[in-house]
Amino acid sequence: MGLAPRPDARVASRAAGDATNDLVSYDPASQEGWITTRLDMLVNWGRANSLWPMPFGTACCAIEFMASAAARFDLARFGMERMSFSPRQADVLICAGRVPFKLAPVIRRIYQQMPQPKWVISMGACASSGGMFDNYAVVQGIDTIIPVDVYVPGCPPRPEGLMYGIMMLQEKVKRERMSDTSLRDELDPDPASNLYIPPAVIDELSEPFGNSVHQTRSGL
Amino acid sequence: MSAPFTVIHAGHAATGEPAPRTPTQVPHRGGTANPSAARLQAQFPQFYERHEVIWGDTTVYVRPEAILDVVRWLHDDAGEQYDYLVDVTAVEYRDVEHPLEVVWHLRSLPFRRFLRLKAQLPKGTPLRVPSVWPVYRGADWLERECFDMFGISFEGHPDLRRILMWEQYREGYPLRKDFPLRGRFSRAEQLRQALSQNPEAKYSMEELTIADAFEDLPQDMRQRLAGGERTGE
Repeated sequence: MGLAPRPDARVASRAAGDATNDLVSYDPASQEGWITTRLDMLVNWGRANSLWPMPFGTACCAIEFMASAAARFDLARFGMERMSFSPRQADVLICAGRVPFKLAPVIRRIYQQMPQPKWVISMGACASSGGMFDNYAVVQGIDTIIPVDVYVPGCPPRPEGLMYGIMMLQEKVKRERMSDTSLRDELDPDPASNLYIPPAVIDELSEPFGNSVHQTRSGL
Repeated sequence: MSAPFTVIHAGHAATGEPAPRTPTQVPHRGGTANPSAARLQAQFPQFYERHEVIWGDTTVYVRPEAILDVVRWLHDDAGEQYDYLVDVTAVEYRDVEHPLEVVWHLRSLPFRRFLRLKAQLPKGTPLRVPSVWPVYRGADWLERECFDMFGISFEGHPDLRRILMWEQYREGYPLRKDFPLRGRFSRAEQLRQALSQNPEAKYSMEELTIADAFEDLPQDMRQRLAGGERTGE
């Protein structure tokens, strides 16, 4: 992205024999402003700086996440101050804390209810790998259920750690290209298995939440 | 909510006793037993096994088949008034010969007394004890948790189902000593079974929707919703 001089300004400066001002003119009269950029770069810039998180806090990582959102660390600097407690309006699912097996279908369904584009941050050791809870009740990493973009280590991570992960996610968002058709691919389970949830059911589940009813993913 | 709410002042029945204070230099074993233990022995001599005092708390062992009668007497008797069921849980010891113990923690607010009841269930026999739900409604979920984790059947419980693990959980009872820490199935199989559970199996959408429960909502919430705040229909 950059500012380009008016074509006639370049011609005028060249005609005057001014070699130092050959390409860029900072004459105020020539700054009527038009921008050339790649469209996906502009879109990515907007997306990366207005990520709305869907907080999925199950344990002590959620406390650190709340601290990140509060005044001292201030997630608003990254355009993330608007917590989306409905998956319909969320961009980033931040899973903060351990996920027991009983919660596995719930987080999967929340992920399916989020509209594209969507990203996932796995915050802390438990969400990333099961952590110290190598037992019968805890999912050994949420990447066995949903795709994860950024893993934040720590037990729990300090807010700085989460912010570093958020900035890494912003970098990732900024590098996305529209020509990459595989970017938004989702693997749907086999409709014959009982892992499959029909689109109408995914839509129906958001019913009590205000105007979310009208923002369904299937367009029904 | 038809029954009127009555305020209970802690210790109002224990007149004449000195004001309570934190005990110091409590022996590990021995000391003054809860007076309820002696009365319990006199009341149920055939079901009373023994009592012991550990760190100042009295534990009474009773026969498992009598637990409902014992608890009901402790709750109803004017000289006991154990009106608060703190916890129902169970203990399995590493010693395989040691029977499994079911534990009830009772608190008498009027007398400021604490009593721990234990019933021993030998291994190799069906793990059954009567439910105390007819006396304490709060025992409902406590006994369900105990059933979920240890596989103890509480007879007379109105709705004995798993509560922490999901209902289709098939690996056994996780807090038993013969249960491996990581479960019996492979991680992939555990995940597959967990993902195929239905979170709405018990609660239908009708139960969850605010609009359908409008008549059951509190008065102030109904006014607020009727005044223009939409429920999402």
